[in-house]
Amino acid sequence: MSALVRVASASALRFSVLSVGLVGPGMADWNEARRALAEPARWRHSPTLLCAPQRLPAAERRRAGDLVKLAMAIADQACAAGGLDPARLPTVFSASTGDASNCHALCESLAAPERIVSPTRFTNSVHNAAAGYWHIATRSLAPSTSLCAMDASFGAGLLEAAVQCVQGGRPVLLVAGDVPYPEPLRSVRAVSDVFGVALALGAAGSPGALADVDLQIVDAQPASGCDDPGLEGIRIGVPAARALPLLQALARCATTDMLVIDYVDGLSMSLQLKPVGTA
Amino acid sequence: MKPLPITEFTVASALGIGRDVHRAALRNQRSGLARRGFETAELDTWLGVVDEVGDQRLPAELTDYECRNNRLAWLALHTDGFSASVATASARWGAHRIGVFIGTSTSGILQTEQAYRRRDPRDGALPTDFRYAQTHNSYSVGDFTRRVLALSGPAAVISTACSSSAKVYAHAARMIELGLIDAAVVGGVDSLCLTTLYGFNSLELLSSDICRPWDTNRRGLSLGEGAAFSLLERDGEAPAAWLLGVGESSDGHHMSSPHPEGAGAVAAMRMALSQAAVEPAAVDYVNLHGTATPNNDAVEDLAVFSVFGGTVPCSSTKGATGHTLGAAGGVEAALSIIAMQDGLIPAGLNVLAPDPDLRCNYLTAARPAALQIVASNSFGFGGTNACVLLGAGR
Repeated sequence: MSALVRVASASALRFSVLSVGLVGPGMADWNEARRALAEPARWRHSPTLLCAPQRLPAAERRRAGDLVKLAMAIADQACAAGGLDPARLPTVFSASTGDASNCHALCESLAAPERIVSPTRFTNSVHNAAAGYWHIATRSLAPSTSLCAMDASFGAGLLEAAVQCVQGGRPVLLVAGDVPYPEPLRSVRAVSDVFGVALALGAAGSPGALADVDLQIVDAQPASGCDDPGLEGIRIGVPAARALPLLQALARCATTDMLVIDYVDGLSMSLQLKPVGTA
Repeated sequence: MKPLPITEFTVASALGIGRDVHRAALRNQRSGLARRGFETAELDTWLGVVDEVGDQRLPAELTDYECRNNRLAWLALHTDGFSASVATASARWGAHRIGVFIGTSTSGILQTEQAYRRRDPRDGALPTDFRYAQTHNSYSVGDFTRRVLALSGPAAVISTACSSSAKVYAHAARMIELGLIDAAVVGGVDSLCLTTLYGFNSLELLSSDICRPWDTNRRGLSLGEGAAFSLLERDGEAPAAWLLGVGESSDGHHMSSPHPEGAGAVAAMRMALSQAAVEPAAVDYVNLHGTATPNNDAVEDLAVFSVFGGTVPCSSTKGATGHTLGAAGGVEAALSIIAMQDGLIPAGLNVLAPDPDLRCNYLTAARPAALQIVASNSFGFGGTNACVLLGAGR
């Protein structure tokens, strides 16, 4: 594997994963997910459960769609687990779809003769809606960005969060999640499950971190997979779940030479993991 | 941050295609807005339409990417020698060492809106010619730009509503500073669609009058569309301008209304100044976000006044271009560069009665001035704020 060509990065970005938040099929939170990912035989696929985000004021809570609920839940988990004050934490939100049901409802309204558009639906249609709700809930003035790179959205989000963490010398919260479209969009863009992962990143060697990570951009390689067929199905079926091999390595506290994560056309992301904390 | 050379730029808006037509429009204080319809939309409003998009067709190998947004991107990429300059940079740095970071808010959603009118009456399916990844998905225009320019470095589309294409400058600068890339194509592309027309109308933010930023009787925004691209390089001779800093912040207040004291906007402007190690008094002109909604202008006035005081000349160029949403940061960075090159502060158009409650030094007529440093504000839904600080080329 040492033959990987380093095309974009002259040297690796080095950071640590301070904490994780996760909601996915049969995984209500990171604690459940950690057991499931460490020993996939103990995991059963069941529909992802989303809760109303208690952090949000009542008005915003009523307006929150599934992607917002997902993002709030995983961001909250990661902040709590890492003991991080969300009000001071810069954020990077990454999603391949945005709020899928909201998008469908808007397109349906606009195809109807009356074209009655709900102001709330329109406001929620921005790609940075989840980020907006999170910063409202945490009263955070910290910088936030929201991005998309289709199937590479997790990789692009991880890269940006790592860049901000290394360049700014302070922790950054990555919040990556996707929700399925309803028909008819589902037929042209299948997202199989609701899945989201939040990673709080900090300086390499941070006390209590789960692992140190070296990230490099390399020429396109076949991505690392999950050894369990069910998890592998989720990894392929949801762009945000491209994180699963990384999460599995974190769950197993495994030193990992080379994980390959999907990135944009022609490129991949290679990750080297070294556990540093007591997981 | 170390100033970064902006070695090439281009812009397309309702004023026309390319730098020269924008240069002339700023000099002549011309607006590209007109009272007109768009597609099948029947709303009483003024729009900044790029008519040339209608005639543009993409080459055969890019047919899957056919949509208004990518056609608009194509127009801008092939203006002002932009794609040729990128090719030169690509030869210098390597195609894999050039990043692509594009801002958009609605991507090619018009294509989806139209497809929803052509669903199969039996099973509701979308028409078979609909291309989700290449038109609808937010990344579409990033993927498209990368292909058109034959670049192979890191890429992403930034979609933070109306601050999107201001923030792309920050994304690129960070990666260049860390040595991940040596250059970047940044920009913004947003095209008219029914979602934003009927959406802003539903929020009662769309004016039936032409938009009048900073006017007592301003009643809301006029929507526009636009595309703008800049080439940032690690170093470059005689750049068009310098990127000095980019401030980013959140309001943490409300999804569609700004923080009442403009706290987020203030934080973004101060962060840009601090990155550049520049005092507020050194800024010669502020290109305002200036959407012409009553509340947005009032809060931005408060924020700009508290950072810069009441003497620095300010104006919003949205009276000329309309609000180009996710392209606004990019378009207004381009107009700011032109202003520095020409030594002319753009006028804030369409003001009949200046709002006496607003305290910034808002210019309603273009004014010659040597401009060394310009700040450009972009704020958006979700409480996102960005301020791009630019320096004159030398």
